Amino acid sequence: MGKTLFDKIWDSHVVSEIPDGPSILYIDRQFIHEVTSPQAFTGLENRGRSVFRPAQITATADHNIPTMDQHLPIKEQLSAFQVQKLKDNCARHGITYYGLGDEFNGIVHVIGPELGYTQPGMTIVCGDSHTSTHGAFGAVAFGVGTSEVEMVFASQCIMQPKPKRMRITINGDLGKGVTSKDLILYVLSKLTASGATGYFIEYAGTAITNMSMEARMTVCNMSIELGARGGLIAPDEKTFAYVKGRKYAPQGADFDVALEKWKQLYSDADAKFDKEFTFDANDIVPMITYGTNPGLGMKISDSIPSLDSIDSASKETFKKALDYMGFVPEQSLLGKEIDWVFVGSCTNGRIEDFRLLAQVLKGRKKAPHVNTYIVPGSYLVAQQIKEEGIDKILADAGVELRQPGCSSCLAMNEDKVPPGKYCVATSNRNFEGRQGPGARTILASPLTAAAAIVTGKITDPREFL
Amino acid sequence: MPIEKFIKTVSRAVPIPIEEIDTDQIIPARFLKATDKIGFGNNLFRDWRYDATNKPIATFPLNNPKYSGTILVGGKNFGCGSSREHAAWAIADYGFKVVVSSFFADIFKNNVLNNGVLPVQISDAFLAEIFAQIEKDPNTEFEVDLQKQTITIMATGKSESFDINAYKKDCLLNGYDDIDYLISKLPEIEAFEKRV
Ligand code: SF4
Repeated sequence: MGKTLFDKIWDSHVVSEIPDGPSILYIDRQFIHEVTSPQAFTGLENRGRSVFRPAQITATADHNIPTMDQHLPIKEQLSAFQVQKLKDNCARHGITYYGLGDEFNGIVHVIGPELGYTQPGMTIVCGDSHTSTHGAFGAVAFGVGTSEVEMVFASQCIMQPKPKRMRITINGDLGKGVTSKDLILYVLSKLTASGATGYFIEYAGTAITNMSMEARMTVCNMSIELGARGGLIAPDEKTFAYVKGRKYAPQGADFDVALEKWKQLYSDADAKFDKEFTFDANDIVPMITYGTNPGLGMKISDSIPSLDSIDSASKETFKKALDYMGFVPEQSLLGKEIDWVFVGSCTNGRIEDFRLLAQVLKGRKKAPHVNTYIVPGSYLVAQQIKEEGIDKILADAGVELRQPGCSSCLAMNEDKVPPGKYCVATSNRNFEGRQGPGARTILASPLTAAAAIVTGKITDPREFL
Repeated sequence: MPIEKFIKTVSRAVPIPIEEIDTDQIIPARFLKATDKIGFGNNLFRDWRYDATNKPIATFPLNNPKYSGTILVGGKNFGCGSSREHAAWAIADYGFKVVVSSFFADIFKNNVLNNGVLPVQISDAFLAEIFAQIEKDPNTEFEVDLQKQTITIMATGKSESFDINAYKKDCLLNGYDDIDYLISKLPEIEAFEKRV
């Protein structure tokens, strides 16, 4: 019987298997950042060991940094200390580190692909659940805890039970004004936030293959919100073209050798998946969330479900979510006034996302009462924003562009949304307090976020296209 | 560096009958600035435990003197969201030895296991029964036996078994740690690197 793409990559990285236990899985690349690595370095050093394969580890500061005045010392003491600690740890162990202001600094899942570290067929981990982003390149990439970060430091391996395989196929074409973010929010609304727990997803179908690499990254990024260990997409000509010529991608003849291998990376026609879902792209429209997990989403023109339609075990959780959000069952959210808009994160902080934003903002103005956090995913993205003149469009609209970082995605820095305020966010999580204590997050695409900037309300972005 | 051994525990339980409890609730992001593993228990469920003025919210189970014990019981899909191991450190630091739910998020499950806390996954029906039993009598004790892989409601004798892979069970019973195990396998790992 044929093998799935996931099996091909996983199996070729198994060093050994423990009967009725996890596999020892070899990791090609580990990304680290300031928040989930310090305890792993301490643990390693307490064992009297050093990093086993420092050249296979890349570090960036992104989670806990300001997005203004990055040339100045970080004001908040604990944050300054945490970032300094990463720098010191990397220096001591010979790990490449992209610090604040470095031309290659940025959100870990944005810079990995940009710099060509992320390649088809690899195993990739990071102490951040959205490591699944790198799956867009046909890599087995997933988030791990700090103990596992330390495992990779010590041995370039982790101990992992093998997940089951799921395929999600989306056929057809996405309509005008419908983005890959809407597609994944749609899938989430159908399968729920635990719909893929225990699985590794492969995304397939024409709606996926027609997407750019950036759009594919948005889809794979949110696999974790389905509960999946990760999600991947078979590499194709678009993937190879994206990787070719990047700084740390194989160069010259090495690239040709790699390419031959990458072309073998697909699920065989007779490969078996443990679970399959198929959706029709024509049914997808701009989506928003109304609750406090990413599975609680709906079409932008729909109403929040009625209490009767929720099964009894989930009723309390549903009520708690609506209570937190200040919504009621059967409410429609179109036209609902909002206070903040966040455009950025590893989900939608790439150049394409800023092009979408500019497309709506061009020649229009920000609604006066709306506050914004507009945050590029990396310095390279920021630079491209300038080159394409998007910065001018934003300035004309009365919108301020900040410096790269995770920013209001997890609000560890000062980019918080005040208690009770509504924020339309292009990030990935609408959990209680995610954007600051009491903040109310509505997840959406960059187009829907842009429309909200202009009207100050939940607005179908197709009106502006 | 061995982890704490886990063999069996008999204790009362603290119920949080909410589904989809994500790790942002277990430990909010603003507490992730620490560079060591200690003291996270103080901020476990911070924003559900305390109001904006830092006053304890009396109705939250961790603040309710009715409930105590080393077993935490949560609704389904417990531990979803962020991979932050700080959530596992907070739970362990607070003093919990067992987390019970009908469904755990994958990364969270690995994280607690790596910190000597046992995730016990049971059926939806048994979870509902446990919640009902605590509601009826918060003094009810539960026995979690790793050797036998069972969880029992002492008052009724009702029991259900749970899954754990043999390797992880062995690690917990003996206090073994994955990192030491991997270090012992370095020659094999180096041979693998040469092979590919
Ligand atoms: S942008 Fe958000 S999800 Fe992405 S790496 Fe940063 S904190 Fe994690």
